[in-house]
Amino acid sequence: MLALSDYLVLSALLFSIGMAGIFLNRKNAIVLLMSIELILLAVNFNFIAFSHFLGDIHGQVFVFFILTVAAAESAIGLAILVVLFRNRDTINVADLDSMRG
Amino acid sequence: MNFEMPQFAMAAPEIWLGVMLCVVLIADLFDRSQQSRLAFFLTQVTLLGAIGLALSTHWGVDRAITFNGMYVSDSLAAVLKVTVAGLSMVTLGYSRDYLRQRDLLKGEFYLLALIANLGMFVMASASSLLVLYVGLEMLSLSLYAMVAFDRDSRIGAEAAMKYFVLGALSSGMMLYGMSMIYGASGSLLIDTIATQAAAGDNLLLMAFGMTFALVGVAFKFGAAPFHMWLPDVYQGAPTSATAFLGTAPKIAALALFLRLLVDGLGDLHDQWQAMAVLLAVGSLAVGNLFALVQTNFKRMLAYSTISHIGFLFLGLIAGTPEGYSAALFYAISYGIMASGAFGMIILLSRRGFEAEMIDDMRGLNDRHSGFALVMLLLMFSMTGIPGTVGFYAKWLVLQSLIDTGMVWLAVVAVLFAVIGAFYYLRVLKAVYFDRLESPVPLEAPAGQRVIVALNGGVILLLGLFPDRLIEICRIALGL
Repeated sequence: MLALSDYLVLSALLFSIGMAGIFLNRKNAIVLLMSIELILLAVNFNFIAFSHFLGDIHGQVFVFFILTVAAAESAIGLAILVVLFRNRDTINVADLDSMRG
Repeated sequence: MNFEMPQFAMAAPEIWLGVMLCVVLIADLFDRSQQSRLAFFLTQVTLLGAIGLALSTHWGVDRAITFNGMYVSDSLAAVLKVTVAGLSMVTLGYSRDYLRQRDLLKGEFYLLALIANLGMFVMASASSLLVLYVGLEMLSLSLYAMVAFDRDSRIGAEAAMKYFVLGALSSGMMLYGMSMIYGASGSLLIDTIATQAAAGDNLLLMAFGMTFALVGVAFKFGAAPFHMWLPDVYQGAPTSATAFLGTAPKIAALALFLRLLVDGLGDLHDQWQAMAVLLAVGSLAVGNLFALVQTNFKRMLAYSTISHIGFLFLGLIAGTPEGYSAALFYAISYGIMASGAFGMIILLSRRGFEAEMIDDMRGLNDRHSGFALVMLLLMFSMTGIPGTVGFYAKWLVLQSLIDTGMVWLAVVAVLFAVIGAFYYLRVLKAVYFDRLESPVPLEAPAGQRVIVALNGGVILLLGLFPDRLIEICRIALGL
């Protein structure tokens, strides 16, 4: 039987991978979207684990909301990506440096 | 769990906004004029109605809760909602000509603004982590789209991308914190979380979640060291969008802080106080020092925003209702000043020309002395010179700090405020003492002139008679 802490450790790992993906990635902006998704899924994992071990259903309801919002967020993110690509012909993260100071 | 009928009347402002934004969406479809006049008019009427409804349903109510404990109605919600909707009305009024000159005048802009307003309203009345999150995302998603509104702008797209990634990251952080708080307290309701925090169960887990939640809130505020998105977004976004996202959402971020970290985790104040001190001093330092070297006015205003956020956090540090009411007063007066400052940029811009450099302010006094006077008031107020509302905002915050015995912080804050005076006065030097060879008189539509005059007048009026607003802020925090 897995304990609550096992789930929390796994979700912390997923969360950290997502974070690292955002800060280390210098190439493709789509990887950023994937990392954001990973962070949100790690949070979902947390909520479901807590919800199960607390015997309280509200955490799982929260997960549905996060999933829905994450879908909307990805849609907006991809839309911005399309605008970015049309204006600059690149989605390289390292090229996003036209504003300084 | 028993199903109990919620009192819908308490949520009248949100319901009104939700219904009216559908009306605006449909009405704009059938509006054949190219100016989206109908959408603009309806939006302003909607916001005005929302102000009225927020006042009539929330003001004077002593923390009534409905929707199974998820929605709270109190005077704080009234003040926050009225400020949010009022600032939105002003900034949308400013941005109309800017959008028209750049062929961006579409009904969608007003629709996005209304959705953002609905999100902010929901946050102001949230009494559950879930509601808080939904409100926050409703605000953030529409702001991302607003920043990217100018589709053909290179820096606009870049700013939108940065804003989106860091905004989503901060939402993720905050959610992670919320999940920990949920795990520690076993409930999503702010009230239950507050009792659990007071009882001191699972304090370590709660504090862990609180840390992540505070980082998320700091991101939304733009407090250093989580400020890196703010200058780029302010500079890259169309000025009409900058004006919107620089004013009302700051009030919403304060609402987020007050609902989550004060209503919910107020008993953990000892633990978040040290972090808030770090955020405040960091923001004051970064904001003021970087603003000194800017030549771009929008970017300078972004760094000045960061320094104002630092001041706002100083009010929150004290952890007393007096401190929170000082922070609320600061946020409201900052919103008024910021909307005026962005309004000035919009006013000086023309088709194909962005008046975003400080040099573009040169000789403003010769071009139009009235606008120069408003600029003087704005900059004096941001500096905190007596006679303007900014002075009382700073004064109240410092007073709350000294009352709690943190004199050294007050000294640091005053030192940075003095540094800040330099770059505000530099703008005034350009306005009054730099001459143009042949000053072109400034033309502006009558509507915009009225809003600018009102904006400057309010800053002066509140600077001379601040008692009423201070009283309102104190009532909102239950004093």
